[in-house]
Amino acid sequence: MKLGLVDWAIMATYFVFVLGIGFALRRFMKTTSDFFLSGRSIPAWVAGLAFISANLGAQEVMGMAASGAKYGIMTSHFYWIGAIPAMVFLAVFMMPFYYGSRARSVPEYLKLRFDEKTRGLNAITFALMTVLSSGISMYAMGLLLNLLLGWSFDVSIWLCALIVLLYITMGGLTSAIYNEVLQFFMIVFGFLPLVLLGLHDVGGWSGLRAGLEHVATARGFAAGAWSQSWAHMGSPSENPMGVEWFGMAMGLGFVLSFGYWCTDFLTIQRAMASESMSAARRAPLIAAFPKMLFPFLVILPGMLAIVLNQRGLAAGGFALPVKADGTLNYDMTVPLMLAHYFPQGMLGVGVTALIASFMAGMAGNVTAFNTVFTYDIYQAYLRRGASDEHYLRVGRVATVGGIGAAVAAAYLATRFNNIMDMLQLVFAFVNAPLFATFLLGMFWKRTTGHGAFAGLVAGTAAAAVHHGLTLTFGSLPGIKGGWLAVVHAYPSEMAQNFWTAIWAWSTCFVVTILVSLVTRPRAEAELRGLVYSLTERLRSDDEPWWRRPAVLGVVVLTLALGLNLVFR
Amino acid sequence: MKRMDIRLPLGLMFAVVGLLLVGYGLFGDPAIYARSLGLNINLWWGLAMAAFGALMLWLSRR
Repeated sequence: MKLGLVDWAIMATYFVFVLGIGFALRRFMKTTSDFFLSGRSIPAWVAGLAFISANLGAQEVMGMAASGAKYGIMTSHFYWIGAIPAMVFLAVFMMPFYYGSRARSVPEYLKLRFDEKTRGLNAITFALMTVLSSGISMYAMGLLLNLLLGWSFDVSIWLCALIVLLYITMGGLTSAIYNEVLQFFMIVFGFLPLVLLGLHDVGGWSGLRAGLEHVATARGFAAGAWSQSWAHMGSPSENPMGVEWFGMAMGLGFVLSFGYWCTDFLTIQRAMASESMSAARRAPLIAAFPKMLFPFLVILPGMLAIVLNQRGLAAGGFALPVKADGTLNYDMTVPLMLAHYFPQGMLGVGVTALIASFMAGMAGNVTAFNTVFTYDIYQAYLRRGASDEHYLRVGRVATVGGIGAAVAAAYLATRFNNIMDMLQLVFAFVNAPLFATFLLGMFWKRTTGHGAFAGLVAGTAAAAVHHGLTLTFGSLPGIKGGWLAVVHAYPSEMAQNFWTAIWAWSTCFVVTILVSLVTRPRAEAELRGLVYSLTERLRSDDEPWWRRPAVLGVVVLTLALGLNLVFR
Repeated sequence: MKRMDIRLPLGLMFAVVGLLLVGYGLFGDPAIYARSLGLNINLWWGLAMAAFGALMLWLSRR
């Protein structure tokens, strides 16, 4: 892929604006509240777009297209059941506590609701996780730019780190949020023409479906396996994902999805920066509308690529690269599709959109990290009661430190890839049970701090043990599981992940209840505003119907149900 | 103190990028559009991006 002058000009324009936004916001960063919470002043639509954009990192964009090629339209489960219901639940039921408790972070909510040790566990694992994923995202970007454009790995990483560092230390969370909105529209404008050209090329939706039927039958599946999302989920062997409907609905649709969307501070921080409670509740709902349509933007390119691949190069198609073992390499689907359809000019927009989403993903992690580090680690354990200016300075230093650690993680990944895989696995174990803790904490006033802590530890242990006892077909015991003994084998890694999550969640749920019942609960007066039954209901009758969270939530869920039915 | 409205930089950026594309589409080599199925994608999509930019600018000024 060769960039021309016009492509460079487009990329340069984008970065001038990215840095310019940080510079323009610099003089508004006077207190920690400005820096970490945007002074709680962000309008709902901006918070909503940032909410969705913080999750739309490049790995998501490229990974979803790869899955679209590999599994077809079933990938949309990650959106239509794996995100939308949880986003609605967050907005309608949980945001009143996150925003209303005046907690400045998700770990701080745990401190208010439970105790210091539960917050500490969550804050420290979260801080490590954000640095790690930021590093992995940088590593992936360095590799991609090297492969695609021949840029040096070192230059890509350091330049990207420097740009993120500049605009976050200058403009804090507001800078990150504004740039996420910019990135959101860049992705939309950079990818939409790709989808439109691709669809035109294969003969529209019906042409795509006919092509996907060839793809499916050529791989020994029923004709609709790539173009129907629910019809082939009776048993794992009927679909390319190797998952059955129950594991999908419970594992992805409930445990993993609610665990991510309802507890992950990276995205929730955007909503918590909203200008009012009403805006904070609307932000995830506003985000749900574009989220619902993203499959058409990020999964469809993969589905188009596999059809064009089937057609073959000779017939004007497209060739996915082949790995050493003879299987197709899906990871490069997006960049190759960009190179296939975009002339110079549009190519600049597409490549800039990709780099922008790498960077926004990093910036999201960094802003979540510096907040949790400053409020939940530094202020809680290292130095209490200092002045606000002091903590603001610490926040800026933490930004530099966090980015430095992420760069280190990126370099670590180049040499010890399996260490990275292992760390990600450990964090997956830590995350899996989280939603049980929040659910019980918010909706059962009897839940105690000891119960929450014991549940989290037990749930994490259950995830590890389940992973240690199961394996996927055709893999060896080790990082893929089975390191204790193999008592069960799953047809796919995805099925194994879903069931690990289900076990972790259930264990945490049961242990939290049992331990809570034998330990002393907090006085009800202390839990006002933190637990559902002890908090005054929010009234939104005076708002027009289109601003009421419950009404919007029903609209969003109905649309998502409709999409599931249309593409079943 | 009123902070900058995001629609201002957003609109400006898309207007600039859109116009860059339109310019390239008008004056660049038309042979490169073979890959985009014969469509001058730079011209048309550039117009769409510039229009979006203009809309955002108008909303931020209102």
